[in-house]
Amino acid sequence: MARAPALTRRMIWLGVGLLAASVAIAVFVLPARGPSKRRQLPSPVAASAAVRPAEPAIVQPPADTRAVCRELVQRHSGTPPVTDSAAPSDPALFDNRPDGTEPVAAAHWAFARPRAAAPPEIADRAWARDAIDRFVEQRREAEQLAHSPEADKATLIRRLSLDLLGLPPTPEEVDAFVADSEPDAFERLIDRLLASPHLGEKSAIRWLDLARYADTNGFEFDAQRTLWLYRDWVIDAFNRDMPFDQFTVEQLAGDLLPDPADSQQVATGFLRNSAVAPDTMTHRFEMLVDRVNTIGSTWFGMTFSCAQCHDHKFDPLTQQEYYQLYAILNNSIEEVTGAAYVGETLTAASPLTGELATTLVLAERGEPSITYLKVRGSPAEDGEQVEPGFPAFLHAPRCGDGDRLALACWLTDADNPLTARVAVNRLWESLFGIGLVRTSDDFGLRGELPSHPELLDWLAVDFQRSGWSNKQLIRRLTMSATYRQSPVVSTDALERDPQNRLLTRGGRFRVDAEVLRDIALSASGLMSTNLGGPSVFPWQPPGTSENVEFAAFHWRVDQNENRHRRGLYTHWKRRTLYPSFAIFDAPNRTSACARRERNTNPLQALVSLNDPVFFEAAVYLGGRMLDETDGSPAAAITRGFRLCVGRFPTPQELPLLRSLFDAEQKRLLDDADAALALVGGSDVAARFPHRRIADWAACAVVANSLLSLDETVCRE
Amino acid sequence: MVDVSENMIDRFSRRAFLSRSSAGVGSLALASLLSQSSQASATSATPLPGVSHYPARAKHLIFLFMAGAPSQIDLFDYKPKLNEFDGRTADRELLGDVRFAQLRPRNPNAPSKLLGSPYKFRQHGESGALVSELLPHIAGVVDDLSFLKGMKFDEQVFDHPFAQLTLLTGAPLEGRPSLGAWLSYGLGSENANLPAFIVLMSNLLPRGGSGTSSSGFLPSVHQGVPFNCHGDPVLFLANPPGVTADARRRSVETINSLNALRRDLIGDPEISTRIAAFELACRMQTSAPELVDLTREPKHILELYGAEPGKQSFANNCLLARRLIEQGVRTVQLVDLDWDHHGDTPARDLMGALPRQCASVDRAVAALLSDLKQRGLLEETLVVWGAEFGRTPIDERRPGTIHLGRDHHPFAGTFWMAGAGIKPGQTLGATDELGFMAVERPTEVFDVQATILHLMGLDHERLTYRTQGRDFRLTDVYGSVIGELLA
Repeated sequence: MARAPALTRRMIWLGVGLLAASVAIAVFVLPARGPSKRRQLPSPVAASAAVRPAEPAIVQPPADTRAVCRELVQRHSGTPPVTDSAAPSDPALFDNRPDGTEPVAAAHWAFARPRAAAPPEIADRAWARDAIDRFVEQRREAEQLAHSPEADKATLIRRLSLDLLGLPPTPEEVDAFVADSEPDAFERLIDRLLASPHLGEKSAIRWLDLARYADTNGFEFDAQRTLWLYRDWVIDAFNRDMPFDQFTVEQLAGDLLPDPADSQQVATGFLRNSAVAPDTMTHRFEMLVDRVNTIGSTWFGMTFSCAQCHDHKFDPLTQQEYYQLYAILNNSIEEVTGAAYVGETLTAASPLTGELATTLVLAERGEPSITYLKVRGSPAEDGEQVEPGFPAFLHAPRCGDGDRLALACWLTDADNPLTARVAVNRLWESLFGIGLVRTSDDFGLRGELPSHPELLDWLAVDFQRSGWSNKQLIRRLTMSATYRQSPVVSTDALERDPQNRLLTRGGRFRVDAEVLRDIALSASGLMSTNLGGPSVFPWQPPGTSENVEFAAFHWRVDQNENRHRRGLYTHWKRRTLYPSFAIFDAPNRTSACARRERNTNPLQALVSLNDPVFFEAAVYLGGRMLDETDGSPAAAITRGFRLCVGRFPTPQELPLLRSLFDAEQKRLLDDADAALALVGGSDVAARFPHRRIADWAACAVVANSLLSLDETVCRE
Repeated sequence: MVDVSENMIDRFSRRAFLSRSSAGVGSLALASLLSQSSQASATSATPLPGVSHYPARAKHLIFLFMAGAPSQIDLFDYKPKLNEFDGRTADRELLGDVRFAQLRPRNPNAPSKLLGSPYKFRQHGESGALVSELLPHIAGVVDDLSFLKGMKFDEQVFDHPFAQLTLLTGAPLEGRPSLGAWLSYGLGSENANLPAFIVLMSNLLPRGGSGTSSSGFLPSVHQGVPFNCHGDPVLFLANPPGVTADARRRSVETINSLNALRRDLIGDPEISTRIAAFELACRMQTSAPELVDLTREPKHILELYGAEPGKQSFANNCLLARRLIEQGVRTVQLVDLDWDHHGDTPARDLMGALPRQCASVDRAVAALLSDLKQRGLLEETLVVWGAEFGRTPIDERRPGTIHLGRDHHPFAGTFWMAGAGIKPGQTLGATDELGFMAVERPTEVFDVQATILHLMGLDHERLTYRTQGRDFRLTDVYGSVIGELLA
């Protein structure tokens, strides 16, 4: 096809767009936007007193974000309304450089639209369960590496439970699955897990890293803020399998949708999560810069911050373009709103049902703000005025480029080469331990190439075609033979595929800090299964948040079941992160975090052995070991072992634990004080005979060891 | 509170300018080689293979971080001319056309006045260095010190937290690895029973937060581990009630036997790392309480430092620092707060609070130096005294205050370095006659960082880590080794 010069084409489009706009407005008028539609609370006093019964909820079906984007496209480009929003426009539109130079898209794989190649033919056809497996197997065959056999069923159910829910399976669940010999047992298990409201909790953890969700402002004073409704919105969105394009649009521009529902306002908390510097003169600048950078990390899978000061050194993002994105965000104002919102999948167990809570949201200013490029990234030095716009190294906008709504539609446009790839890769990373693009935080020119480029593209296209369904993607990935492989690694595979990039085995990796806590609480039976609500204050070492100059905060440990809520509900204090989380590599969420480190160090050993939170769990797990068996050592140990890792202990393992139990039982029978101290003090003494207390304490020591096992803290 | 300057915060500008020049690019090739090997050592504090760029002059670093910024004008930077002009209006005629928030009069009706030092200075030792009467003990070891009296700081980093982060991590934002973390990353630990980087606080975290000792994007094994002289020496170090040392040993043996079985079955080498981590944790449980137990020191040593076992104090931390260095710990960072003498409250008064603060560190610092020297440890230990700012030669005179104070100041400050690889008894750099501005051989925190790395055997331009799509280093694109200081 002969190429028309890009500039000419752009002018043609512009002309058509203008013409079409006048028509479109008559067809579909976007409603007036502004803060007036929101229930604004008059003062912080009212805000804190907002815990009262809700007014009758105004039932308003949330806007269909896909339809809104479609209308935007129609308004701006004049393309006829299409029913399939995922229908891509002419691929030639990639050539959008005004000067007609070679488009960057052609130069870097990640900037060209993914195309779904047919899954390749492989030698071992019987092995493959899904197209995924054919891509993976082809690469392995090329390297003359073999796949691993399927993992045993106890491993599989624990793997699935941890990956999807962030919780270990109960021994009963393991038994039921092992006993289920129907051919669709695995599929039914996946579907059961996909329907659990805990799925949203697990999925939210890493999204909240990107969204830099925290309960404090950060910076020097690190004051508290109330934004947990946003956290709940994320959990609920995952539970309801909100399509990723809608998920994007609501978080970036929920307030700009026609007649936005409360939930859509709440979603804009994504942008509001910025840390807030106490310095009033620069804090708006810092906040907007943070938002541009966050959008870069989250949807582009790229680090934008370099372009704040100068054209990006490695990636084709100019400083001008950086401030064009900044200009889009510069029109927003910060608001506090009372929202009658409880995520529908959280209502059953939520402590807050029916109450009106306040949260921070974003709204659009009436008058557009003028944005200037900041010379050398300095808020004090205005350069040229810049208009809102999108980076030219990606597809030309079909939906306008003036505001956040246009940005969100552009990001989820079928032409966008990055959004689906970045999202799919992130989910792959969460299920396999390492992304197809290992640098899941860098899809730019300096990022690593994908290990399986055709597979990544195939999945990205499939994701879009499926209507951006997260659950369908999880289902597809977990159903694959690749996912089901055993974690056992041969010396040969370890040498030739040390990081498991070629997927020669099932991924094996330590769980996230929050999940580690959940495993301990769940195995011990202490865990509260309440969903959502204000952040909670579990025990932490006294002084952790008090002993900070200027940001001292009194951490009042919750005395009710909130002590034992799941990790993700812990009050996220940016300057003094919950200690056991910090030790297990959770980020402080001052800025967007696209990838957590996964380290192993001695401080972690001290957490699982000695942190009173983990030791309390051990004591309760010890109690369960006795209560839920006939109390014989072998039965108690086996029960504890299975509550932690699912499977039965082997004939080599059991004696090791048995001798620990015997030694401890002997010690604690002789030392009544130690036994009492271990299980929690004198009130126990009156209720049980000493023999029973010694057994319990010995079980607690065994449980303490079980909770520290590598296998317990890993997902295999 | 600190006002925002009229010419505003432009903390990114110099950074941006320099990074557009070719300054940071030359090292990329080597950097990528290094960062590959960095992945391999991501889980343990072992040195990077081949990363030592020079023969190391120093094996250990003790950084005396005087958070808040001590007044160099009242401690080390003697300015007779300033004393002569005491009380004169600090106008342009005297100071030139410099604009900075800290120089604007706090009280519009009372113009800023120069403030000479109310303290007497005297020459000490063979080097004849001038030290004020507030630090008589440090004056006694002054021949071991080399001063940097032309320190200046980024004027766009206008407040303490950001300046503290710049001093210790090279950037005014949280998230970068700190100096001690870089040293741990580059050089590893010399004692398998202890972390390579230990932080000792006189009381609280500094305003820069835990970011001042964080591992940033480096593996968390390199983070600064806070040790305490009282209570639990390390977070979660103590066994739970009813769990004896024997019981703990049995537990960890069982855990590691089970982990070893799992490793043999699964073949995952990460399990070996976890086994090693549990072993180190166990050894720390044994070694750390002994190590922090200052009652094991003889009485004359306790007296030398002014240490009182069981207390949390800077003096105790100095003694503990020596004990940690003896055990092979790479970096000990001592954090002492309360040097922010603005004169707005009695607790920040130049006349009352400053002498008290000096007294709380003077004896201990001198004791640390002489104790290290006497044990031959000063030959392999670099000791650095520094802060995030200096202070102004002007009476800050906040409205309504009856106290004397000086604002923190980016244009002049004093650091000193002593010990391994340092040519002692020197003074490098100088401020103008009024102590307002570093004018002779000015040095910056990046130069100090580069010099520390150099003395420890590392090239600050080649010690890099690749993350977020680029290579990072402690000194970013700045810094050069202060050659004149080296022995």
